[in-house]
Amino acid sequence: MNPTESGYFGEFGGRYVPELLMPPVLELTRAVQEIVPSEGFQAELKAALRDYVGRPSALYRCPNISKDLGLNLWLKREDLNHTGAHKINNCIGQALLTRMMGKPRMIAETGAGQHGVATATAAAMLGLECVVYMGAVDVERQAHNVRRMQLLGATVVAVQSGTKTLKDAINVALKDWIANQRTTHYCIGSVVGPHPFPQLVRDFQAVIGQEALEQFAARNMGGLPDAVVACVGGGSNAMGMFHAFVPHESVRLIGVEAAGSGEPGCWHSATLTKGTLGVFQGVRTKLLQTADGQIDPSHSIAPGLDYPGVGPEHAFLQSAGRAEYVCLNDDRALNGFFTLCRREGIIPALESSHAVGWVLDNPGLLPKGGHVVVCLSGRGDKDMGIVEDVLARQGGEGK
Amino acid sequence: MGRESRLTERIKAANAAGRMAVVPYLPFGYPDRARFWAEFEAMDAAGADVIEIGVPFSDPVADGPVIEEAVNKVLEDGVTLAEIIAGLRTRAGTVRAGVVLMGYVNPFMQYGWERLADDAAAAGVHGFIIPDMPFEESGEVRGILGARGLDLIPLVGLNTSPERLAMYADGATGFAYFVSVLGTTGARESLPEEIFERLALARKAFSVPVALGFGIGAPEQARRFLGLADAVIIGSALVKHVGAGGSAKAFLEPFLK
Repeated sequence: MNPTESGYFGEFGGRYVPELLMPPVLELTRAVQEIVPSEGFQAELKAALRDYVGRPSALYRCPNISKDLGLNLWLKREDLNHTGAHKINNCIGQALLTRMMGKPRMIAETGAGQHGVATATAAAMLGLECVVYMGAVDVERQAHNVRRMQLLGATVVAVQSGTKTLKDAINVALKDWIANQRTTHYCIGSVVGPHPFPQLVRDFQAVIGQEALEQFAARNMGGLPDAVVACVGGGSNAMGMFHAFVPHESVRLIGVEAAGSGEPGCWHSATLTKGTLGVFQGVRTKLLQTADGQIDPSHSIAPGLDYPGVGPEHAFLQSAGRAEYVCLNDDRALNGFFTLCRREGIIPALESSHAVGWVLDNPGLLPKGGHVVVCLSGRGDKDMGIVEDVLARQGGEGK
Repeated sequence: MGRESRLTERIKAANAAGRMAVVPYLPFGYPDRARFWAEFEAMDAAGADVIEIGVPFSDPVADGPVIEEAVNKVLEDGVTLAEIIAGLRTRAGTVRAGVVLMGYVNPFMQYGWERLADDAAAAGVHGFIIPDMPFEESGEVRGILGARGLDLIPLVGLNTSPERLAMYADGATGFAYFVSVLGTTGARESLPEEIFERLALARKAFSVPVALGFGIGAPEQARRFLGLADAVIIGSALVKHVGAGGSAKAFLEPFLK
């Protein structure tokens, strides 16, 4: 579905930004209506996705795990995209839009660095100036991705305010956008923020689900899977995966959030499962917050899920009962990670490992012999540092 | 229209005395709770026309580094909106200045808009400034506040079109807040030249007084706008001064001359 003109999916969404940001937000809203559907834009986007990103990405049936579980586990291989994750689908779209809006500069926030790398990549390809804001804590944790962005010609700014992580990087990016709106487009990395971002990013990511729907049908006599599963942080890969399936009501939509360590009172990122309604970073949605309305820190072993808000359309799909949201502890996500490595020869991102791990733990909740499509949103090379730390702590090889 | 808003009244009284109204801003609980209230009372006694109390929020997207740092500090001390209202209630009837709460949507929303409006009105608050609530999202809140005689102060700036100015001006009460820069709060040495033209447009659009804020730190800077703006808001520079141990009263006095 599409949001209302003011950007609401039911009671979720909207545009809670300072008046100084309304002109660029409204300018972007017009561009989304006029430029994005145009033939020229669509032709260029399609060509870039095919020749540069490498789409369509494969839909792969995992032979070994399928046998283990007694159901058919399919992976939508976004890990095979250029830059190794789904993030590039959105960045190519927004970079093209930036250029067609006549803006020479693109800014982005990044947590783990994946969206920053994808933005820097798209900016390099289209000749745009690129500045990426990244929490100082993340800059330290993800030094490798900082160097990748720099190699691609982007300027990486370490954000020293607040918790020095993703949410603070978004705050500073919004401030940059206020100050430089005449020359700059803010390339937000997920289906969050003020309208039209949740819709815009979803539409650029919707290629995931559209392809999966067609690929699955082509190989299963026109049929539909029983369920599609994706991890949810801000929720862009999940929204991209779900969008084409929403009208097909027989298909269960399952979003997997990060429950953190699982210890009582631990920080986590399970916004839909455990959060409450509020307004944060431009949008009315579910949040992790205190009773007084201060935003809580979030945590996940998967840096890309570590965010205290979530896209408003997910909050809507949950409230409408169309999608289900569950959460998974760090150690069960690691089980998904190691199992996919060992049994299928695929190293998944820790984010995507939440979706895989949930299926591995819950085959009984899915029809026996049925078909489940998991969005494998990214590859896990970036997570080697985290995984090595886990292995060192466990003193083992990971089981 | 009922009687004139207290905020409008205070600003007009200052103008009648031949000066711009002075609107200091301090985040609640800064630099600590006891000093905040001492500074609040001292500013009121010194003749501040309207006092803006910052309601701390963890993610203040419209604020620059000085205010953000102050807010982070008071949040570590655990300050709450309920505490601000309770503190004002004990002082209700003794405060000369108009009182405005400046804060982001989420803490207000969690408190509950209806309850907030009731409690704030009873505590002697006259209005609210909510920087992340643009016109399009403000309808319900404006109604709830307006029903208790509380003003929702519109924020406009250098990039606000005549159409949007008119939208905000229609039915505006209290005063309008004109943001002097395309950026966040924080004192600046110079302000953009286009400000004069834009400010004049805003002043023409609004029937309520127009206050100039963001970037004003020195009395001579403020004086350039005599006759162009009805009031001047002093935030970051004051926060910095108070944070360094200075007195708010001493800082404001040159502005009040």
